[in-house]
Amino acid sequence: MRYKDYYEILGVPRTAGAEEIKHAYRRLARKYHPDVSKETGAAEKFKDVAEAYQTLKDAEKRAAFDQLGQPRSGEQFRPPPDWQARYRDTPSSFDDMDLADLFAGLQGGRFRAGQASANMAIDGQDYEVSVPISLADAYHGTQVNLDLKLPEYDAHGVLRRTPHTFAARIPKGASDGQRLRVPGKGGKGLNGGRDGDLYLNINLQPHHLFRVTGHDVYLDLPLAPWEAALGTSIELPTPDGPVRLKIPPGSSSGRQLRLPGRGLPRPHGDAGDLFAIVQIVMPAALNHHQRELFKQLDASSEFNPRAHYQQEMGHASRAH
Amino acid sequence: MRVELTEVQWLNPQQELSLYELLRISGLTESDLRYLVEFDVLTPIDPLASTWSFGADCLPMARTAGRLQRDLDLDGPGLAVALTLIERVQELETRLRELDARRLREYLSD
Repeated sequence: MRYKDYYEILGVPRTAGAEEIKHAYRRLARKYHPDVSKETGAAEKFKDVAEAYQTLKDAEKRAAFDQLGQPRSGEQFRPPPDWQARYRDTPSSFDDMDLADLFAGLQGGRFRAGQASANMAIDGQDYEVSVPISLADAYHGTQVNLDLKLPEYDAHGVLRRTPHTFAARIPKGASDGQRLRVPGKGGKGLNGGRDGDLYLNINLQPHHLFRVTGHDVYLDLPLAPWEAALGTSIELPTPDGPVRLKIPPGSSSGRQLRLPGRGLPRPHGDAGDLFAIVQIVMPAALNHHQRELFKQLDASSEFNPRAHYQQEMGHASRAH
Repeated sequence: MRVELTEVQWLNPQQELSLYELLRISGLTESDLRYLVEFDVLTPIDPLASTWSFGADCLPMARTAGRLQRDLDLDGPGLAVALTLIERVQELETRLRELDARRLREYLSD
């Protein structure tokens, strides 16, 4: 078992009073709570802070913690031998135990272990993990391997870190932020307590071509000015393989061409749409002949793409 | 080593959870849950029914509420405000990821 200095984690002296400990916890909880904080490593920091507070806010647990002395943080250690005499049902082995799990079991001068193993049903804990998947995985479904170490009650009712290795099938159609529940795959229940659940939080990885909103997929479609003017037929990549797309003549920038049902599949059958957004792109350089052709176009066209500016400019000149 | 393959459940509106299940899984008290319904953070399938049930898509929000209640000691109205802001942040983050993906595409095509 590794030692953690709970006072150091909360940033309070060992002589701190209950109010000071509570205040330190609240300040740090607000800063690092994983549902609120976006700081890197916030979840881990909050776990330590909550663990420290759970032990130090309880006078009995705090006294037991103080009796551990002051090993260095992170150092492997065993509680002193007189613990067995002081607290009933002290676990016989501290292997695979976490300091938090040890103190969680201490209540009324004894470790809850004996009592729990005798008859008390304890529900297993629920856990949540983030699962990154690619756009292709979302289209076709995938399988993710999960290798977790979860606290679980042993036969004596003592919480120990137990490895869980299994694969979960992610069905097709999971979009970003989708939550999935894996029933019974959290911590094991004890004495008939229910097994905890595992929650998977799907994170769709950004793609270099496609953007996803809900189940709709967007893709920029660059066209040369003459392709946009005359129309053409192109091969368009989609996450499900290329399709042939007819571009109608006179396609302006920003026009959206909709391909129904080519977006992300939905969990229960149909699918979102794919939108190709027209972007008119100029060649980096024009040769002499091309420049001449554009000049002819300029001379022969009466098209004014800025006609709608006129009214605004009329107002402005009247105001001066 | 043979790895066990597990099927997962969707947390979608089509899947129904009873009030009791939602309370058990989220760790919320019934009175806090009633606040969240009153503030429109969670919506029962039929708000006029004598016993409420919820779409399973409510579960992540209810679990977040349970954690905030437990860890930060927030009361009902405080929870409702915090959850509204968290939802707003999640929407903005989704939007930001879309923009990041667009920037990445522009960078690659340059």
